[in-house]
Amino acid sequence: MSKTKTLSKTGRDHLITYGMVIIIYIVVEILLHAGLINNQMQGLLVPVCYYSVCAVALNLCVGILGELSLGHAGFMCVGAFASAIWSYQMQSTSMPAGLRFFIAFLIGIAAAMIIGVIIGIPVLRLNGDYLAIVTLAFGEIIKNLNSALFLGIDSKGIHLSLKSAIYLNLEDGVDPIVNGAQGIAGTPRDANFTIAVIVLLISLFIVQNLIDSRDGRAIMAIRDNRIAAEATGINVTKYKMLAFVISAGIAGAAGVLYSHNISTLVSQSQYFGYNVSILILVYVVLGGIGNMRGSVIATAILYILPELLRGLNKYRMFVYSIVLIVMMLLNWAPAAVMFRKKLFARFRKNEGTAEGGRKNGTA
Amino acid sequence: MALLDVTNLSIRFGGLLAVDDFELHIEKGELYGLIGPNGAGKTTVFNMLTGVYKPTTGIIKLDGKDITGHKTTEINKDGIARTFQNIRLFDQMSVIDNVKVGLHNHYKYSSISGILKLPGSRRVEKEIDEKAMELLGVFGMQNVRDELSTNLPYGQQRKLEIARALATEPKLLLLDEPAAGMNPNETKELMDTIAFIREKFGITILLIEHDMKLVSGICEKLTVLNFGRILAQGATKEVLSNPEVIKAYLGNE
Repeated sequence: MSKTKTLSKTGRDHLITYGMVIIIYIVVEILLHAGLINNQMQGLLVPVCYYSVCAVALNLCVGILGELSLGHAGFMCVGAFASAIWSYQMQSTSMPAGLRFFIAFLIGIAAAMIIGVIIGIPVLRLNGDYLAIVTLAFGEIIKNLNSALFLGIDSKGIHLSLKSAIYLNLEDGVDPIVNGAQGIAGTPRDANFTIAVIVLLISLFIVQNLIDSRDGRAIMAIRDNRIAAEATGINVTKYKMLAFVISAGIAGAAGVLYSHNISTLVSQSQYFGYNVSILILVYVVLGGIGNMRGSVIATAILYILPELLRGLNKYRMFVYSIVLIVMMLLNWAPAAVMFRKKLFARFRKNEGTAEGGRKNGTA
Repeated sequence: MALLDVTNLSIRFGGLLAVDDFELHIEKGELYGLIGPNGAGKTTVFNMLTGVYKPTTGIIKLDGKDITGHKTTEINKDGIARTFQNIRLFDQMSVIDNVKVGLHNHYKYSSISGILKLPGSRRVEKEIDEKAMELLGVFGMQNVRDELSTNLPYGQQRKLEIARALATEPKLLLLDEPAAGMNPNETKELMDTIAFIREKFGITILLIEHDMKLVSGICEKLTVLNFGRILAQGATKEVLSNPEVIKAYLGNE
């Protein structure tokens, strides 16, 4: 009896998350068709999705694996550039845009996962604060390497340089694709709100199913007690790597959406620096560590809020910060959590079983 | 042939010889006790048996297979499971998930299958769920399956640790002070449980314990450690009446 009840409980929990995203999508589409969303707000729709995807990816790393990463913008950067190079090169061919974009996703995700493995090997030997700082450093390296990268493709193959376009020795009439600090100009804008929502749904599907699986339990066991996990026969290195690389891959997918939503892709701090990584971490923490639905909600609110506050001009960031502090307190201060629990208990008397496997946001 | 054969085991931490020339031979199905004063090196022996520490000298053989120097994860796969003196549960996971982690190496499906929730993974998950419930049933803990393990009372946390260790299907189960912090009633219940799981799972058990009632009640053989050396070894009754053991550990009554 109780077994079927709880199985459907986690299942229902996931369905609520998917349902929430789909309902918001439908509402936004209706508003779009009715002409009720202005241009400026329309421009935020895809970014909200890719930052949500990245927040879900980071939450896998922080909430489930239990390792604080401050370099996830770097994985986004890798996904963005790898896929943009592909799309830029292929847009002159007769390949249909849909297929081209699909392959762009595969390339972006694969590239981010490969970098995830390379970074994971040294980084996952560390714990806690040390790991956070090293991921931060790697994120910065990725961003800076990308802003110094020159890349072109001619009939002889791929040419790379970190100095200048002249060193590429490209054939006459062939322009470099990646032009150092100027990045990539003229990638096809394949991304739209519908595709972005689909990518978000797939990311949620992957992460939530992973958490519920055998692998997910192994990952959370390592998070909760590494020594006990080893003594229980869990291969710690393998599962840490698995979680980290999947997390990197999903962040890479967010990067693909990013680069196909703008026409000029540049690798600058304001787009891929550690401040962006921290911004995404803020979404994760506010939404609840280990809580995927919370990440999506927090991203949507915190990303759109500054735009809504534009009317306040120079007080905008001030008000934004205050809202952030208040939201954080209301959501996660122990007293507020207690109050909320009491309130809920009054609404439904038979509530009380713990949500298995999710780390409490108070941690 | 004994299930566990330990010969000439010693470990040195800098200048300190924590365990010296330790020997242990446990037959299949035995319930063996390791006792001694605090700091005698009992837990250090456990840590060497489970690969947490690498012994300086000596050989550890399990079922005839040399496992000296294996890593902790491998040793669990080889067939040794343990509990900890200071309880180590996966505290943000539910009770049943703690046991399910123990079943990790015996019920498998691929990562891809799990992420896509393919029928194969659903089937195995169902088996895992049934097996985990069966194990919880042994300890009468089926009704707390969805509690966070950290919210359990102390006695149940100890039991859950044993359930998790049993889930890995060990040949040898190491219990590090299973009765620590328990009242006489709980200890009595624990003794029954230990005897029961040994019967039911046909398992060999080595335990560290200070509670003499438990030790004399269920252990068939004992080894007494003092200052890292073996003080006495043999059948429980003889060891406990050994004058040296009484002097060093039990004290005159």
